Amino acid sequence: MEPEQAEARLTVRAGVITFPGSNCDRDAAVALAAAGASVTELWHADTELPRLDLIVLPGGFSYGDYLRCGAIAARAPIMAEVVRRAEAGVAVLGICNGFQVLTELGLVPGGLIRNAGLKFICAPVELAVATRRSIFTAGYGTEQPITLPIAHHDGNYVCPADKLARLEDEDRIAFRYVANPNGSTGAIAGVLGPGRNVLGLMPHPERACDPRTGGTDGCLMFQSLIGALG
Amino acid sequence: MNARPNDPNSPELIAQHGLSDEEYGRILEILGRPPNLVELGIFSVMWSEHCSYKSSRHWLKQLPTEAPWVICGPGENAGIVDVGDGMAAVFKIESHNHPSFIEPYQGAATGVGGILRDVFTMGARPVALLNSLRFGAADHPKTRHLIDGVVAGIGGYGNCIGVPTVGGETSFHPAYNGNILVNAMCVGLVPQDEIFYARAAGIGNPVVYVGAKTGRDGIHGATMASAEFNEETEAKRPTVQVGDPFTEKLLLEACLELMQTDAIVAIQDMGAAGLTSSSFEMAARGEVGIEMDLDRVPMRETGMTPYEIMLSESQERMLLVLRAGEEEVARRICAKWGLDCVTVGRVTASGAMVLRWQGEVIGEVPIAPVSGSSPIYQRPREASPRALPIAAQNVPASVDEASALRQLMAGPDLASRRWIWQQYDHQVMADTVLGPGGDAAVVRIHGSKRGLALTTDCTPRYCRADPVQGGMQAVCEAWRNLTAVGATPLAITDCLNFGSPENPRIMGQFTGCLEGMAKACRALDFPVVSGNVSFYNETEGQAILPTPTIGGLGLLPDLDRMARLAYPAAGQPLVLVGESVGWLGCSLYLREICGREEGAPPPIDLAIERRNGDLVRRLIADGLVRTCHDLADGGLWVALAEMALASGIGADLDLPEACESPAAWLFGEDQSRYLLAVEPADLDRVLAAATAAGVIARVVGRTGGDALTLAGANAICLTELTKLHEGWLPSLMSAA
Repeated sequence: MEPEQAEARLTVRAGVITFPGSNCDRDAAVALAAAGASVTELWHADTELPRLDLIVLPGGFSYGDYLRCGAIAARAPIMAEVVRRAEAGVAVLGICNGFQVLTELGLVPGGLIRNAGLKFICAPVELAVATRRSIFTAGYGTEQPITLPIAHHDGNYVCPADKLARLEDEDRIAFRYVANPNGSTGAIAGVLGPGRNVLGLMPHPERACDPRTGGTDGCLMFQSLIGALG
Repeated sequence: MNARPNDPNSPELIAQHGLSDEEYGRILEILGRPPNLVELGIFSVMWSEHCSYKSSRHWLKQLPTEAPWVICGPGENAGIVDVGDGMAAVFKIESHNHPSFIEPYQGAATGVGGILRDVFTMGARPVALLNSLRFGAADHPKTRHLIDGVVAGIGGYGNCIGVPTVGGETSFHPAYNGNILVNAMCVGLVPQDEIFYARAAGIGNPVVYVGAKTGRDGIHGATMASAEFNEETEAKRPTVQVGDPFTEKLLLEACLELMQTDAIVAIQDMGAAGLTSSSFEMAARGEVGIEMDLDRVPMRETGMTPYEIMLSESQERMLLVLRAGEEEVARRICAKWGLDCVTVGRVTASGAMVLRWQGEVIGEVPIAPVSGSSPIYQRPREASPRALPIAAQNVPASVDEASALRQLMAGPDLASRRWIWQQYDHQVMADTVLGPGGDAAVVRIHGSKRGLALTTDCTPRYCRADPVQGGMQAVCEAWRNLTAVGATPLAITDCLNFGSPENPRIMGQFTGCLEGMAKACRALDFPVVSGNVSFYNETEGQAILPTPTIGGLGLLPDLDRMARLAYPAAGQPLVLVGESVGWLGCSLYLREICGREEGAPPPIDLAIERRNGDLVRRLIADGLVRTCHDLADGGLWVALAEMALASGIGADLDLPEACESPAAWLFGEDQSRYLLAVEPADLDRVLAAATAAGVIARVVGRTGGDALTLAGANAICLTELTKLHEGWLPSLMSAA
């Protein structure tokens, strides 16, 4: 998006949380800024948040992920306020480790366990956009798959049958892998929360915002978000 | 060793500390008395081969280390070069061979952790990791276990700390069966006016310990790295350090944040020989003394002794000299990141290291003689027997060419390494332009249109056949790989892996390789700015192949003018740059297809090397060439096959008229060559530029179709070749 276009709308205020061990916080901030958001760095130990339109839980290994991935981050001081905002309708995006944190918080259903092949996988994957009915995915077409990179050891999505049925019924599955890389139930790569304002996904849209370094299919998500929130 | 009257240190104790009789005599002279146990431990690690370079230092002097763009050469924690726009690249490669053989996961992981600290201790944010791995024969019973552990360890550390692992190399040879090589390279970026050095200064300034607590792991790691392996090596598992990449991430962020204040005078990581080497080296560089209260050091276990504290190689620790009065700033930033930050001593004018324990002096050693006057040996050396050239007509073709290509592309040397690099996060930081699998990796300098090109290279079989040629070739290969993406090669870091220097033949290999490296570095303006020597890579008297791994760094001034391995379309002429005489001696073809591991390696003319490379780089910079691959292991047809697999488009290769030995043409490993694919409309300009530069270049085929063909025949379908090429490593690793 050209800067002039972004200027024309109200600036969207996005916050990116840094936990000890987050390592995609900068990448998310760069992608958001490029899409036109004004980005605030948030610290895990904070208990108050400024006014925000979007909160991003970035990828990484929060607190080392020596316990269950994301389990400690879900109990970080900042999270009580994040949950309050999410319930009040503020957009929350959890990428990779951020998705794991969202499942630990219960903001999206299910959980993420070790990849079926037991190895860390870093590779571009094709994704089917399973629903356009969200502020995150409205910018995509559902006909053609998109390509985003994954980089995780614990991205195997599991979900009890009843909750899965509800996800399907409510059209809350956002992305499915075209070729399931990690054993995820239903090849699910990303799911929406009940209010459709929370998205957790394993692939990294922030790494696909530049034709030089990983394609541009991630840009559409940020542009879609900025467009919807601005 | 002779027992000395009135000396409490028994000859056995001295020998256990890896000190020779002569070295111990020198310690007695320096101290004027027998050392106590703590002091003996200090001399032991500081004078170990690993820390003192006592067998190599004399010979390393011949390497060129200067150029107008070199900001800091060898001697600091890492080398530094100017990469323009006020930025500098900080980089180094280091071995972690012995620990990785004993305990592959932790050995490899802490190798990565150590090299990261060498870079960020200088103020740079690490932006890329590479690794050069040498395993034993693929069918050796230990190999799979070692690959699995090493790859998981590298990934486990790099992925967690969030620095992309963008490249490297992996190869197999029975000479590494009992002693694998794990060489890790790290590259960081720093504004030129924000570089930090490890030179203690300011009498009275506090010496501050930051990071993880000290435990009993890794004690005598440096000494272990300075001895050969034997059947008792397994018992040395406790000397391997244990890595914690999460703490390293906190340490990285805390250090970089603290560096934004004015608090730091000097900083050095506690790597090999831990607190001992970091304190001695900082004091030696600053020509000052240091006193420390060892009971203040944060400890992970109870009951630790001063000896253990000084020799521990616990990971993720830094030693800092702060400006007096700035301790509070450091404590506040470390507390934010949840790290210990403790003043353990201060800088003195005494020129000595004074160690106290509960208020009492328990060790006192003058610094300069320990750091500066360690013994230097010019050990006896013996030249390798001369390998004879092998004429192509004396290599009878055992299989047809297409079968040979299939076998090479699906064999241990050339099969796809995807199974390995898919386990490494090579995209975090979102600046990776070219990841693993090509000639050089390219990482964008954040926020700019410029890039760093990075590679690691060595052809050990050449080094064994002819150390001088092999050393030269390793440097040229790195230079060529950087050139092949369009980068200007700037400097190298080296990791010199050899057997025991006490064996004259090995010492001859070492000095031969250095001689060849020095020649190539001079001819190519490609100085050495950092590095590491790893001797004693042998088990039960069996030495590894001489392996001087070269880590090369180049600069791409404009990422829009860059070349890739994959050609974009069918119908493009293929242009071979450089001369082909068909050199099969020491080639992969000769070894893998004919079962003959022999012959002289291909010679290199450094003037031609430079001329060919300079032409290719200019063609890329002028936008005339966007597809380029250097010719290396396996020669011309292998290079073309790799380009075709990356493209998903086939290619036809010509056979020269009256070709006496198709194998020599297709698989000969003549040096200084590149294969280009160009737009048909640009062909005349490319060839004219070559002629003008005095470089041999000619059209040898064209892209198109879905198969590799030889003069229109002998088709190998790309789908089949992909399956063979991609299948080898996964099937090795999943075999029952």
